[in-house]
Amino acid sequence: MKPFRYDRAEDISGAVATLAREPAGVFLAGGTNLVDLMKLDVVKPDVLVDVRRLTSAEIEDLPDGGLRIGAAVTNSELAADRRIRSRYPALSQALLSGASGQLRNLATTGGNLLQRTRCAYFYDTTTPCNKREPGSGCSALEGYNKEHAILGASRHCVATHPSDMAVAMTALDAMVRIHGPRGQRQIPITELYRLPGQEPQHDTNLEHAELITGVDLPPSAFSPNSRYRKVRERASYAFALVSVAAALEVRDGVVHDVRLALGGVAHRPWRAEKAEDALRGKPAVQQSFRAAAAAELAGAAPLRDNAYKVPLARNVMIRTLLELSGER
Amino acid sequence: MTTITERRAIGASLDRRDGPQKVTGTAAYAYEHHFDNPLYLFPVQSRVARGRITRIDASAAGALPGVVVVLSHENAPRLADASDRELAVLQAPEVDFRGQYVAAAVAETLETARYAASLVSVSYSEEPHDVELRADRDDLYAPERVNADYPTDTEEGDFDREFSSAAVQLDETYFTPMEHNNPMEPHTTVALWEAGDLTLYESTQGPHWTRAPLAQVFGLDPDRVRIIAPYVGGGFGSKLPHANTILAALAARMVQGRPVKFALTRQQMFSGVGYRTPTIQRIRLGAGQDGRLTAICHDVIGQTAKTKEFAEQAAVPTRTMYATRSRRTTHRLAALDVPVPSWMRAPGEAPGMFALESAMDEMAIKCGLDPVEFRIRNEPEFDAETGLPYSSRNLVACLREGARRFGWADRDARPRSRQEGHWHVGTGVASSTFPVIRLAGSVARISYVGDGRYVVEIGAADIGTGAWTALAQIAADALGAGVADIELRIGDTSLPQASVAGGSSGITSWGSAIFEAARVFRDRHGHSPSEGDQAEAAAPDNPDAGRYAMHAFGACFAEARVDADTGELRIPRMTGVFAAGKIINPKTGRSQIIGGMTMGIGMALHEESLVDARFGHVLNHDFASYHIPANADTGQFDVAWIDEEDRHVNPMGSKGIGEIGIVGAASAIANAVYHATAIRVRDLPITPAKLLR
Repeated sequence: MKPFRYDRAEDISGAVATLAREPAGVFLAGGTNLVDLMKLDVVKPDVLVDVRRLTSAEIEDLPDGGLRIGAAVTNSELAADRRIRSRYPALSQALLSGASGQLRNLATTGGNLLQRTRCAYFYDTTTPCNKREPGSGCSALEGYNKEHAILGASRHCVATHPSDMAVAMTALDAMVRIHGPRGQRQIPITELYRLPGQEPQHDTNLEHAELITGVDLPPSAFSPNSRYRKVRERASYAFALVSVAAALEVRDGVVHDVRLALGGVAHRPWRAEKAEDALRGKPAVQQSFRAAAAAELAGAAPLRDNAYKVPLARNVMIRTLLELSGER
Repeated sequence: MTTITERRAIGASLDRRDGPQKVTGTAAYAYEHHFDNPLYLFPVQSRVARGRITRIDASAAGALPGVVVVLSHENAPRLADASDRELAVLQAPEVDFRGQYVAAAVAETLETARYAASLVSVSYSEEPHDVELRADRDDLYAPERVNADYPTDTEEGDFDREFSSAAVQLDETYFTPMEHNNPMEPHTTVALWEAGDLTLYESTQGPHWTRAPLAQVFGLDPDRVRIIAPYVGGGFGSKLPHANTILAALAARMVQGRPVKFALTRQQMFSGVGYRTPTIQRIRLGAGQDGRLTAICHDVIGQTAKTKEFAEQAAVPTRTMYATRSRRTTHRLAALDVPVPSWMRAPGEAPGMFALESAMDEMAIKCGLDPVEFRIRNEPEFDAETGLPYSSRNLVACLREGARRFGWADRDARPRSRQEGHWHVGTGVASSTFPVIRLAGSVARISYVGDGRYVVEIGAADIGTGAWTALAQIAADALGAGVADIELRIGDTSLPQASVAGGSSGITSWGSAIFEAARVFRDRHGHSPSEGDQAEAAAPDNPDAGRYAMHAFGACFAEARVDADTGELRIPRMTGVFAAGKIINPKTGRSQIIGGMTMGIGMALHEESLVDARFGHVLNHDFASYHIPANADTGQFDVAWIDEEDRHVNPMGSKGIGEIGIVGAASAIANAVYHATAIRVRDLPITPAKLLR
């Protein structure tokens, strides 16, 4: 591990200002992913600016009926919160399906959003990887890519985003609150993440020294009827092969509104807008769900080892929607 | 043979004697002994799979404050014996595999050593490498012998004629992937040279089996090498000296008087400390309409390293399992630019029985027979490999008792016939076997220390098996004393020499020595010894060794549930029934079997080391990507023993249970998956992708 400096600022503005002066610095929160990456020389920052105690560790009710989650709220606390469990069950389920109890106790909301891909080539500094070393090439494209993307990938990168929490938040229309050198802003979570394109080294649209301070969940009629379904190769403590976060509101047997997001299939949590569009106004029956899944996956471009993700994503979408519609 | 006739301690389910130390964290593992002023080592590993180092620039690393020395082939001490290429660390610029140690940094802190290692610049003249095992290679060869000194090929009867004329035939090929042992405690050495003496605190399966190669490699009298290993966090075959131990000792030699600590990272455990070779196994079975086998052929292809041969004996169990009129077994190897494969729990039996027992399931179905009945129908009367009678063989009893406990009789044999909600449910069975191995060279010493108490000394290793407890039980019965009156000392070469904790041989080899020492002690000192009375004796050869074939047997039953939409596979329950002679401690024995069966779940569902042929090393070299079972992957384990009296194996009547738990488990699961889904998976692991339709 490369030696680094450790800095603990007084407040958010101070942390942002400090990092703005450090082009090779990063924020440190729970560190559950960052410290691993540093040990492996995948990430070699000059300075860590500790923000763990700076951002809010509270979950607050918003006047509009939504919830505001501080960036320092741990994954364990968020998953256990009664309001989350009753009003946004998909989020609680997603959190509990990720990592281990020990990791969830340490990992934060902000950090979870920014965890890096689990592509084995990204983690192995002895192999080329455009995300780790731009221009070196993508080893996964012609290598082992069982875990890799079937949607939205480029020839420069076929990695997937590993977060479960972010998939649920994507389905729940979460807004990400950001404090940067040029002030504060908030963006929909779908705009936080990028597709790899030609610059897979950038996971997100955050600028240097921009800090996530929290996440707002909007109120909705359908989010209480939401769930998260994760498929993995071991029964716990494994990243998703494919996951689905869905929320469904059915009125008189017809899909009134729906939110659908996929994990494990793309460089970012994949909001399945094509499927959503195909479903609104349709009867809430298996045939509709099947057609919607097909619409979303029509653009899938599987690689050597991950063609199974197409039927898997289809099946999990259909089943999750069936379960939410009261069918089994 | 003389045996222990009055068993009081043997057979008792005693708690582990080292339990309190382990749960309170006071049991000192290799890294945890107290050392004054230690140094830390971090290695530099080759980034090419084949070639030659042309230049090493350690100037930046050497200039770091806190760095004491950077070793490479340019400055490392010469070894006295570099003939074992695996142990010839830093002796030459040649690179034999990707991940080989090419340098190491030694520093005042671990962090400094690790950073310094990253600053060492190594240039290579790279040569094309060859790391792919395939059945169609034209350079497969037959080794002279396979592991454990078995013949490479065997032939009984006329296989070709019997197979071609068999009424029912099966010809299938099975694949098992490369797997890495991955004990919980990483390989660890703390090495100290003082005045020409070498001391190693070592995570090892055998202190004396580590001392011998160390003395050889460094040209030392064995008396000048001491290995200390009271507690070891698992090994599964991987903890005999590999290059890491030599590297630590080399470094320590350069910093005389200061201990050098080297514990591998998890990533480093995927190169250079052994692994199970991938296998390609073709099985051909022929049978009559009556379901009696007439022809068995098992052809195994595995890999070895170009630098050192290791020949996994995967077809060996097929030589003894079933009766047949004709039988052929063969082993072929591809020599590759890879680390040397090595022992991994039930080497030979674990991959070999996956293939054979999967084929037996397929053949039972072809013959229209229940898989339990099919196996019973092909039970042999003697061991075909040696022509000898079995000292005891209770496979049939295991199958019957397992079937009873598991509820096999209610089974609807049709595949894909049972669905519960979204789950396809199926059950499967497989036989297990493992030979009774007695390793030579174990000596025990017994001393009377007064007050009815005895000190029993032997350089054995407890790698988590329960040997600390079981050996005390054996000593108690051998002496006619209470277990509480036995003080056991193991895990140190300063104790009488002992063989390795491997091959499920520990209790047989060490227990026989303790039994013999007790016999000599009583002969010499009677039943009212004086304080200080002592006796030392070596385990004698087994007089029955050439007269009987000695194997443990077992039957494993598994239930598999496969999600119809996702291919997710769950194993809610397994039953294992074993005929392994007298079980010294049923409580620790059950733990060993559960560990073996759990590892069998890992073999069936999870474990697969992925080698990217372009680079030549294992890509998924951490526990995030190389999966072993989590608690949630295991369900109920029902473990039972057949009460087996065997007076031929050793004085305790025990057969060894360290490995047989994994044998058959993967096949039982694969067979259950077929029953659940009608999908036959012949290449492990069985992942959701293989079960999606």
